[in-house]
Amino acid sequence: MASVELHRLMKHYGKEKIPAVKDVSFSVKEGELFGLIGPDGAGKSSIFRMLTTLLLPDGGSATVAGYDIVTDYKAIRNRVGYMPGKFSLYQDLSVEENLNFFATLFNTTIQQNYELIKDIYVQIEPFKNRRAGKLSGGMKQKLALCCALIHKPEVLFLDEPTTGVDAVSRKEFWEMLRRLKQQGITILVSTPYMDEATLCDRIALIQNGEILTVNTPEQIVRNYPFPLYAIRSQRITHLLRHLKEYENTQSCFAFGEYLHLTFKQPHEKAVASVTDYLTREGHTGVECRQINPTVEDCFIQLMKTA
Amino acid sequence: MNPYVIKADKLTKQFGDFVATNQISFEVSKGEIFGFLGANGAGKTTAMRMLCGLLTPTSGTATVAGYDVYKQTEQIKRNIGYMSQKFSLYEDLTVIENIRFYGGIYGLPAKELKEESESLLEKLGLQDQSKKLVGSLPLGWKQKLSFSVAILHQPQVVFLDEPTGGVDPVVRRQFWDLIYDAAENGITIFVTTHYMDEAEYCNRVSIMVDGRIDALDTPGGLKTQFKAATMDEVFYQLARGAKRQAD
Repeated sequence: MASVELHRLMKHYGKEKIPAVKDVSFSVKEGELFGLIGPDGAGKSSIFRMLTTLLLPDGGSATVAGYDIVTDYKAIRNRVGYMPGKFSLYQDLSVEENLNFFATLFNTTIQQNYELIKDIYVQIEPFKNRRAGKLSGGMKQKLALCCALIHKPEVLFLDEPTTGVDAVSRKEFWEMLRRLKQQGITILVSTPYMDEATLCDRIALIQNGEILTVNTPEQIVRNYPFPLYAIRSQRITHLLRHLKEYENTQSCFAFGEYLHLTFKQPHEKAVASVTDYLTREGHTGVECRQINPTVEDCFIQLMKTA
Repeated sequence: MNPYVIKADKLTKQFGDFVATNQISFEVSKGEIFGFLGANGAGKTTAMRMLCGLLTPTSGTATVAGYDVYKQTEQIKRNIGYMSQKFSLYEDLTVIENIRFYGGIYGLPAKELKEESESLLEKLGLQDQSKKLVGSLPLGWKQKLSFSVAILHQPQVVFLDEPTGGVDPVVRRQFWDLIYDAAENGITIFVTTHYMDEAEYCNRVSIMVDGRIDALDTPGGLKTQFKAATMDEVFYQLARGAKRQAD
């Protein structure tokens, strides 16, 4: 059964009716960890705010836990947890007071659902008398997650929980999400970091309010339409320019220490020919090999065809 | 003349008992792209604020663009550029108003400013958008404009604090093209990022852990030193050992 279902959902802003969400449809299965992946301004937060009944759509429809987001908003609010992108707890209340407050709002207690948050809460419990405003970024994030979970929601919405967070803390956060998933909670998470896509069961890639594709990360990578090569040389700064000028280059982008390259005509001799060309241009140590694309490669490719 | 655009020696900042930045030493050469990495709370922002002349160090020495971070903070401010994802342009001023405002603040003469603004608009392909409010531009454009404005006065060094957070993968790469251009024109780049692939684009990278610089080398050198395949692994090995939990 679908836990969240969107059907041609739309949202426009302002007098000029600038479209933020255009005809978005996808569904999230019960117990799934689903990622909404795209840059700032893609429409991720607008979608989350509509699904959590904080914003009315201009068109289309959606259900969450079987309830309609417009007519059944009260039922939805009891059944979802929402962690907005911006820290939204009470800065002047202590860790424990914040948690108690949210438990009380949902007519429950910390004790009643302690099992669910235990793993996360023990990490901030030593600071339970500290005011939320005085917590570090990582601890704020953990507290916000506890507050979003304290009423045992069926569906959890996490809007960019890892934005601006360093690589190590991001890894830890995703480990927490995997453990929550094992408890049967459906999780929708948004992120601008493409490398986090592989940690989700399925993902939707989104750009300019439009869904580019919805699939498992593995399948999205498999659907990449061209052979992809990683290439480098001793003069990496000139390499990009030379490859952009090369006649058989279809696309070329920097990816860490390599450039990722596709050919207009990916024939057998393409690699040998490009190596010859670069050697003539004065490059040494040219290394070029076929690789598996990443989700980011797919995103760039889909952006161009959108 | 000092061959280094930035030179820090045992630079330290202490807030009460808390040593935010602990005896960091490094040099950055003219035109170098220097990546300044570290986990949240490692002390990057404090270090950057000292180097920008916004915070007086507790001990140690440093010069930026040849000026002393204790005594010549006004000269430092005139010779650097700064941009971050959080602080960039005024959303309710137009593109051209922002350019004129920042150019004016950085002390460009009116005639030069007019010429510079026109060439900047042309370079970014924003001629038709010059009278639009910055708030109405897509994030990627804002970030590119913001960077260009930060180097309008040809500073010796530009500090970039997570300049590419949240921008789409194509614009992120275009942004790095701008960085390379600026570096080729002799502007030194001091940049922080959470994208580990971007660490590879730097000439050298330092990684801060608990207020200290625990590693500093070329990306290739760091990977050899830590027997890691990617910068992500290097970062993970170092930052995992952090004791500090802060932001």
